[in-house]
Amino acid sequence: MAEPAGMPTLEAAQGAKDQHMVVNMGPQHPATHGVLRLVLEIDGEIIVRIYPEIGYLHTGIEKTCEAKFYQQVVPLTDRINYLDPLSNNLCYALAVEKLLGLEIPSKAQWMRVLLAELSRLNSHLIWLGTHAMDIGALTVFLYTFREREEILRLFEAVAGQRMMTSYIRIGGLSMEPPLDFLDRVQAFIHTFPEKIDEYSNLLTGNPIFRNRLKGVGYLSAADAIALGVTGPPLRASGVDVDLRRDMPYSGYENFNFVVPVSTDCDCWARYEVRLVEMRESVKIIQQALDGMPEGAVKADAPKIVLPDREKMKTQMEALIHHFKIITEGFEVPAGEVYQGIEAGHGQTGYYVVSDGTAKPYRVHMRYPSFATLQALEVMGKGRMLADLVAVIGSIDIVLGEIDR
Amino acid sequence: MPEALRPTLAGRAAVLEGLPDHPAVKAILAWNAAGLEDARFDFNELTLTIASDQIRAAAASLQAAGYNFFEDMTAVDWFPASPRFQLSYHILSHSLMERIRLRVLVHGDDPSVESITSLWAGANFYEREVFDLFGIRFEGHPNLRRILMPDDWKGHPLRKDYPVEGYR
Repeated sequence: MAEPAGMPTLEAAQGAKDQHMVVNMGPQHPATHGVLRLVLEIDGEIIVRIYPEIGYLHTGIEKTCEAKFYQQVVPLTDRINYLDPLSNNLCYALAVEKLLGLEIPSKAQWMRVLLAELSRLNSHLIWLGTHAMDIGALTVFLYTFREREEILRLFEAVAGQRMMTSYIRIGGLSMEPPLDFLDRVQAFIHTFPEKIDEYSNLLTGNPIFRNRLKGVGYLSAADAIALGVTGPPLRASGVDVDLRRDMPYSGYENFNFVVPVSTDCDCWARYEVRLVEMRESVKIIQQALDGMPEGAVKADAPKIVLPDREKMKTQMEALIHHFKIITEGFEVPAGEVYQGIEAGHGQTGYYVVSDGTAKPYRVHMRYPSFATLQALEVMGKGRMLADLVAVIGSIDIVLGEIDR
Repeated sequence: MPEALRPTLAGRAAVLEGLPDHPAVKAILAWNAAGLEDARFDFNELTLTIASDQIRAAAASLQAAGYNFFEDMTAVDWFPASPRFQLSYHILSHSLMERIRLRVLVHGDDPSVESITSLWAGANFYEREVFDLFGIRFEGHPNLRRILMPDDWKGHPLRKDYPVEGYR
């Protein structure tokens, strides 16, 4: 592949003694959390420039969306950020529901909040395990994946699938959760805070882990805002913004939780912010379980929401609606909406443009990792090469959502 | 509490009359009233259409008015309509907790607009993405090259006239 002008080539630096060395990191490097390729210009061990090269996982999901019916886009959204699938489903469903003007029953809204928080825990557990593993603390990885397995079992119970859930649909949820589901969630979050203590015991006092993170990857609040950084890295830079609290959606205004903020601006601050966020997610899930309303999990919109299986087999209208939705989709009024939510990694946004037909004219996804990756150079510049591994871990990127 | 859905205001005159105190509308009028070509308030979202050669200045005036966070930018291809491309910028205000959409219409032959990377460095990757997938150039961008597709790729996949089947 021809390297463009402005970027140093691997050959250019060879043979010259006083020039900086150019090394290639990734796309198969285990510490790049996927297929991220970094071209690094280094002076000895010190990083001078970082050129992220992305696109290795680009599958053209935005183009694919234009050829699908609105309801067929939901499974595509799972595959973008595969660590936080229910937040993707939620964001897309909210955007299309805004265009349709659909009222969502309160039980569906509360279930959505509960599942989005479980999904956030799932995402944060993977971050913690892999981040600690990059630093050399392998044990934590085994611990966090133990709890993640339980969350995946909960997803499987509710959606029939562990990772690609597609459980949150346009107009509500795909089906009623199983009878013992809420009890299982209760059992899980009953023990989960102790598990967070366990991770914290392994890491917070660990001098190696502390020294590798403290003061590393400094990102000032001004830089974070200018570079579009969102989510835990933004809050770890002292900017107190959380869309769940500040622009509530899906009934988040009914929940009490604290938004952790730190002004240390380093990798350690991001670690602390995410640990507190996990504890707050547990509180939100507990509130959702305690106050779970009764009622339907689908909106009363037979031309948009698929009928229950039982009704489809016994009622003529339901069968007709089912047939029409599957074969022709449903028309969405022309217009454009943007829906932002606070997902595990930061602010996710879906921009949906409708031309009045049954297929979206344009779907654009704003994913937090794409913007956060731009801040890598600010955080890594002037530091040792080994610090870059800590920085990449601390911003918690998912290449699926960067490349889409 | 989330806001209740407010009525739609279609057209520049309706928005100027219905939302005279909106900080974004005030900032744009104070900057250059002629630069505001159209406006719409729909789904509680304010869309301001800016003249295509003035996007950077308009964004700068909004940034000064408290719309401090560049959130997202993308394009829509309205092929075969003219002007062909629409650029949509989503800008959030952390103090007001409110989002606005700036809309710019660009003609299809040799499309190009001013880059806003000098205002928000974070627009860098977004403009590269639009350049890559739509072929719209951004004047003044520090490193305008393909980002998702390979560097030697021919064509711009998100254009509506890009073939989606058959051999290349």
